[in-house]
Amino acid sequence: MTAPLVEVSNLTKTYHRGEETVPVLEGLTLSIEAGDYVALMGPSGSGKSTLLNLLGGLDRPTSGQIRIGGEAIEALGPDELAAWRARSVGFIFQLYNLLPVLTAEQNVELPLLLTDLPAEERRRRARAALALVGLADRARHRPRELSGGQEQRVGIARAIVTDPLLLLCDEPTGDLDRRSGDQILDLFDALNREAGKTIVMVTHDPRAAQRARRILHLEKGVLAQETAG
Amino acid sequence: MNSALRLLPLLASTLRRHRLRLVFTLASIVVAFTLFGLLAAVRNALGAGVEVAGRDRLITTHKVSLIQGLPSAYLREVAHVGGVRRAASLSWFGGIYKDPSVQLIVFAVDENYFDLYPGYHLTPAIVSAWNADRTGAIVGDGIAARFGWKVGDVVPLQSNIYRRRDGTSTWPVRIIAIHHTDSEDPNTIFLHYVYFNESRTFGRDSIGWVVLQLEDPSAAPKVAATVDALFANSPAETKTSTEKAIAQSFANQVGDIGKILDFVVSAVFFAMLLVTANTMAQSVRERTPEIGVLKTLGFTDRAVLVLILAESLLVTLVGAFIGIGFATLVATALGSSLKAFLPFFRIPPTAYLTGLGWVAVLGLLAGVVPARNAMRLEIVRALRTT
Repeated sequence: MTAPLVEVSNLTKTYHRGEETVPVLEGLTLSIEAGDYVALMGPSGSGKSTLLNLLGGLDRPTSGQIRIGGEAIEALGPDELAAWRARSVGFIFQLYNLLPVLTAEQNVELPLLLTDLPAEERRRRARAALALVGLADRARHRPRELSGGQEQRVGIARAIVTDPLLLLCDEPTGDLDRRSGDQILDLFDALNREAGKTIVMVTHDPRAAQRARRILHLEKGVLAQETAG
Repeated sequence: MNSALRLLPLLASTLRRHRLRLVFTLASIVVAFTLFGLLAAVRNALGAGVEVAGRDRLITTHKVSLIQGLPSAYLREVAHVGGVRRAASLSWFGGIYKDPSVQLIVFAVDENYFDLYPGYHLTPAIVSAWNADRTGAIVGDGIAARFGWKVGDVVPLQSNIYRRRDGTSTWPVRIIAIHHTDSEDPNTIFLHYVYFNESRTFGRDSIGWVVLQLEDPSAAPKVAATVDALFANSPAETKTSTEKAIAQSFANQVGDIGKILDFVVSAVFFAMLLVTANTMAQSVRERTPEIGVLKTLGFTDRAVLVLILAESLLVTLVGAFIGIGFATLVATALGSSLKAFLPFFRIPPTAYLTGLGWVAVLGLLAGVVPARNAMRLEIVRALRTT
């Protein structure tokens, strides 16, 4: 019996808005096995994006523990946390967040600039990741020369190029038409089933959530319900 | 260093984002550093006389002004003052060549003049040859190259001050030697005082000023006082100073222009700093989500700080490189045409190093505030501005 990849216990997060304290997550506990595919659903303000940010080390919890791959990330210093993000997590954003001045290949290569890999190896891996998402022929294109679906696939290639433990996706199909969205979800299926990637996806779209193995419903900062995908 | 080099393509790409804005920013930097380079050339030209002035030489001039002549008898009297090793006179000839607009630096000097100025590198044989020909002239390599003169040529030097007793104003001189100097003016022409003096219609037996070489440079104040006391209460009282002091006083007169130019360059540098800082601030503000993405991908706060500072330094360096390069071209072109008046009009090597220092200071200053803001940016807040 191996330990879960993600272990969250008694996680709380509160924001301060002037004098007011706004609780977003209230004592949340959950675990995610390696190779799992989890959808986080819930109304706006339920805390799902905050949870995703905390899992990715983009934000600090107010209290509670987050262990990912055996590492207590809330205890890491800023530089250690940055290094951990670089090697352990791949992020996929709703609006793709590609750097417009870079080509698709350069965008995918970006996380590898933080490694010791030589330039040729970095480019080889970036091209391989682009090929994996079906964009080998778009390597020299800049984001504005790509469709939304293609941009998101570049975003996915950038997320997987470092072969991270965990893929965190924030509304990855939220800005795409149905056909492009389906293609992205097909890609996640393949990454999960064939490459064994652990995926946590925030979504409002029930169709997208159905692709996951588990659906966690958050309400007012607590886990309200869990259903199978 | 290695990881910084890896980020260079990223830097280059971000710089190309707003090309027009980059061009305007670069233009302000180019203008600032062009001015800086040209000022350095002007300063070099004005200060050159001070640098080459001899420590062991005194100059005795008319007390009223350098333009007023002295009786030639003063030379003999001064040469006998204790502490004076040797003395020679100089007289301004007011030379022109062919065209009145082509003014030359021509001095009528005594036979022993070059004993006081070893910087002309003339051998005793050359000096003897010159002394053997009363129409002989020694000309600088700069002026010789300008007119294509060579040894043996006879050059009709004209004076715009003096006329000869035969009614002309031309003193034909034969070029005996061409002097090569790195410490004196390469455009100066020397002819014999006796040749000049014997035929001029006025001012005969007067000299411009006297150069004294001292036995001991530390005795300069005493010797100067003795010389000036010798001619006190005479119709032509004298003022004796070190050569360096005279050169410095001349440089100080034009040095005020240098101060004004200094002020102008400082103001331009300041304006350039504001433009570059504004560009950097705007650029970083526009890239807030991208900075959030970089941090999400694992770039540390310090890496982001370095990236923005490097960007600011790179813009300043490129602008400065173009500016100083342009200034070098202009100084070289101007230097050729001004050679007769400002032979040392060129950017000295130290100015390039100072320029590099300014690049570092201005580049860092322009980038420090936006870089610090970018460093402190919280990832979640940055991504939310998408």
